[in-house]
Amino acid sequence: MTANPKTEQPKTKPKIALYWCASCGGCEEAVVDLGEDLLTILDLVDIVFWPVAMDFKRSDVEKMPDGSITVSLINGAVRTSEQKEMVELLRRKSQAIVAFGACACMGGIPALANLYDKNQLLKTAYLESPSTSNTEKVLPDVKGNKHPPVPHLHEVVRALDQVIDTDYYIPGCPPPPSMVKQAVLTLLKSPPEKGSVLAPDIALCEECPRIETKPDDLVLERFDRVHLKQVDPEKCFLVQGIPCMGIGTRKGCEALCIKGNMPCTGCFGPTNNVFDHGAKLLSAFASMLSQQDEEAVDRALSTIPDPTGSFYRYGLSKSLLRKRVRGGAT
Amino acid sequence: MSEVTLKIDDKEVKAEKDMTVLDAIKSAGIDIPTLCYHPGLSPAGVCRLCSVEAIKQGRSRIVVSCSYPVEEGLVVNTKSPKVIEIRKMLLELMLARSPNVKVIQDLAKEYGIEKPRFRLEEEKCILCGLCQRVCEKIGQNVINFVGRGVGREVKTPYQMSADANLDICMACGGCVSICPTGAMEDTFKESTMKKPIPIPSEFEMGLTSRKPIYVPFPQALPNIPTIDRSKCAHFVTDQCRICEEVCEPKAINFDQKEETVELEVGSIIIATGFKTFDPHMSPRYGYGIYPNVYTSLEVERLLNASGPTSGEVVLRNSGKPSSVGIIHCIGSRDENTNVYCSKVCCMYSLKLAHIIKERTGAEVYNFYTDIRTPGKGFEEFYNKILEEGVHFIRGKVGEVTDHAIDSTEEGKLVIRVEDTLMGVVRRIPVDMVVLAVGLEPQADAVELGKLLNIQCSSEGFFMERHPKMAPVETFTDGIFLAGACQGPKDIPDTIAQANAAAAQALALIDKGHVELEPNTAYVDEDLCSGCKVCIPLCPYSAISFDESKQKVEIQGVLCKGCGACVSACPSGALGQNLFELPQIMGEIKGITRVLPEVKT
Amino acid sequence: MTNAKDFEPKIVAFFCSWCTYIAADTAGVGRKKYPPNIRVVKLMCSGQLDPQYVIAALANGADGVLIGGCHPGTCHYSKGNYKALRMYKLLKRVLGDFGIEEGRIRLEWISASETNKLVKVVTDFVGQLKELGPMNWPGKLSFFDSELKEATA
Repeated sequence: MTANPKTEQPKTKPKIALYWCASCGGCEEAVVDLGEDLLTILDLVDIVFWPVAMDFKRSDVEKMPDGSITVSLINGAVRTSEQKEMVELLRRKSQAIVAFGACACMGGIPALANLYDKNQLLKTAYLESPSTSNTEKVLPDVKGNKHPPVPHLHEVVRALDQVIDTDYYIPGCPPPPSMVKQAVLTLLKSPPEKGSVLAPDIALCEECPRIETKPDDLVLERFDRVHLKQVDPEKCFLVQGIPCMGIGTRKGCEALCIKGNMPCTGCFGPTNNVFDHGAKLLSAFASMLSQQDEEAVDRALSTIPDPTGSFYRYGLSKSLLRKRVRGGAT
Repeated sequence: MSEVTLKIDDKEVKAEKDMTVLDAIKSAGIDIPTLCYHPGLSPAGVCRLCSVEAIKQGRSRIVVSCSYPVEEGLVVNTKSPKVIEIRKMLLELMLARSPNVKVIQDLAKEYGIEKPRFRLEEEKCILCGLCQRVCEKIGQNVINFVGRGVGREVKTPYQMSADANLDICMACGGCVSICPTGAMEDTFKESTMKKPIPIPSEFEMGLTSRKPIYVPFPQALPNIPTIDRSKCAHFVTDQCRICEEVCEPKAINFDQKEETVELEVGSIIIATGFKTFDPHMSPRYGYGIYPNVYTSLEVERLLNASGPTSGEVVLRNSGKPSSVGIIHCIGSRDENTNVYCSKVCCMYSLKLAHIIKERTGAEVYNFYTDIRTPGKGFEEFYNKILEEGVHFIRGKVGEVTDHAIDSTEEGKLVIRVEDTLMGVVRRIPVDMVVLAVGLEPQADAVELGKLLNIQCSSEGFFMERHPKMAPVETFTDGIFLAGACQGPKDIPDTIAQANAAAAQALALIDKGHVELEPNTAYVDEDLCSGCKVCIPLCPYSAISFDESKQKVEIQGVLCKGCGACVSACPSGALGQNLFELPQIMGEIKGITRVLPEVKT
Repeated sequence: MTNAKDFEPKIVAFFCSWCTYIAADTAGVGRKKYPPNIRVVKLMCSGQLDPQYVIAALANGADGVLIGGCHPGTCHYSKGNYKALRMYKLLKRVLGDFGIEEGRIRLEWISASETNKLVKVVTDFVGQLKELGPMNWPGKLSFFDSELKEATA
């Protein structure tokens, strides 16, 4: 948008907001890591709300007219009453909502809590954890008996679109800065169809530098854990028996982890045709093994110590089952 | 080869230069007696019975035709008075030496010798030397003539056991079988501890033996002999070549080896047949325990004119039966063995009842569960058998035993059965028991099924595509079934099914093209990342990697639509026609329509 | 809460076309009686079974899932059933982490002629699921999702 100096008043820049829910701060870092590119973006937009970096308060947002924020980039999963309120508020105030990062897109690492019961989580964090000293056995005071009430923890960790209507998704844990810049510019100039994931709809193998080393007929006898092996920095991880989720995860990250000699863990989420990321990955990994005899199958599968954690690492909220519902995980 | 012309009994006969006169006589179709001659062995000229008159340059001589070579212009007389006289003398002398030997008796009778004028002896061995010559030919030389004059006999070297030291006797039984008088049997027993084990004839159900070179059965295709390498002496000693030598067209080739032939075909018809139930599995019927318990197939051979007994019903311990029991449902309709009905046994049991009664006049008893005669003329046949006086007893036979409880049962086989129509348990003593054995799949049916990727039904017969609508096809296109391998059936049904299978196979060929099922897998190139997870999963190698595109491609013609690749693809880049994701999800949602759907 | 006596488990069955489906078909032709709780999704091969289908069935309200394939060594497509076995074993572990009882998913090798086995398996499975009770996954998730409607404390 350029101002016509003769007749029009200078047009206002699009407003963007950034908020964080249940997250680690990495997505905020990713924005900061834009470095100089951040300045380019700041030339184009006005940031009206970014608690991590600027001193805006909730009441400021409440005062804004509805729909006055062009784009709100929300990262982190939604798991407390406060986060729910904030994202609902931002939804009212924004034209478009972007689920920024794996947690907002799919639940992320926090979503692994869905394998446990809420009481178990509180007990572990506040009472039983070895590094916690809580002699008075204080638990979060949601009712406000002794102190102003704190937000209460939801039973279920949710992805952003499971709480509010979400327009776009930028995946990644965190999204690489280059992708953030590209995504923001695209959203401002020519927004794609609502519901789009702003990453290519094709798996990582396509851009992986090690793909040439993968033979056509790879069949494995077992899997090995990456930290227990001397990893060849040139060869495809699967060829070395190390589980790599790149076969079923979107590309767009330029295979950063691979280049760091670590296998992909699936943070960009599934491609469009897949509706349960963990299940599809499970299917592929079970297919890669050679065993036919039941005992041999059991032995080979035991080399994957935590299938749920491995295949649903970032996407538990968006899995079909979403949460463990009987008892608590042991 | 140079030929000579000679005259035998006023006939002009052409002969090869190296033939003997006896060869020429035989080639002219003239019959003269011989005892020590065998076409595969070198002539010995011992018995002299083949003596003939040979006239050369006007001079007549008596020569031994088996050893006399042919000559151009020779005139031979096989039946001149002089020759007949000589033969008569020879036979009279032989008869005196061996009055009890059948072959001598028969020849003597032929020439009118009743009682020899000489002192009678009791020799069985006629010193023809056939045994010695055949043993030499086979390569073992276990026995030979020892002694001279009256002391001449056939023995082992130094009369030692053939088993000691060199252990050369192979127990091939050649000497015993070639001996015209049966004398060799005794000599054999004196020479070795070994026992020649006759090779049971597979076709004759072991009722008689066969040679190592044999025609499997009269209707064998091709109708030529085969050599059983495991039993032929040549393959042990590398010597005996009798069959090769006597074969005129020189058709025998010991160097032939088994070949594996690979054929590329478009359709296969499986007609591997059946095997009969082995009654050893039901010992209560006495098979293998009592000698006169037979299976139906054994009786078929007994009754057959070209069988081991030329069609006579003769018991194993000789004699004709005066009573015969035919037991139905052996290995059929029985939870302990096979639950199904074998379909053909009632009819063949009625047939056997009819023929046995006709040949022997014996009392025939059929022990049945139900009489199953559903075909054309079958019921009428059953009525005919009833009218012939065959006894029918309804009941499943409990036991066949030789334990007699009274004198009428002595020496007989007693069939114990509950006669369900009379409501009593009966004991029926018979001389001969025939077990109507049921039909089973061949022992290697399951293995063959795995090889051809076709299924077997619960009884083990090959499974047809549909019990009503497709009795000849299997679930694998291009593989058809014919005959009892698909289930018990008789000849007309087999032929009908075989015709159908042939027609189906021909239809495939005639069509010129094959219709493939459309449920093939395909790749969405835009989505394929080249991860190659799918490639090793395809059993038909339908998936290949395109190096230039760095994506996989699926050859629709090779794809059989199993869907393994589709389910494994981690990015959902593969799809399957007729089994698309929305289609299956639609089915699942339709089935589980209980509560609001989970958004996918 | 459904009365235990009235509860009829809903089973989604995935049968391969060459063995188990034919057994089911033949069972029908032979008028064999067995509980009508299964609804069959016909697949070409047990190896075609995508774990997404199993999970979708459970997430949509199925009380149990039955997978039927050819016996090892007799798969019409040679090795699809082995793949199904591997997938099934791994899936059971994951479903266990979600709290889904082991008895709710079953893999059985049923050949085309084993109609009696099919009848027995289905009868046993229905009995087992009746004891485990309804799963009602959508109901459970609805229950959890009701926390979104609550006014914040």
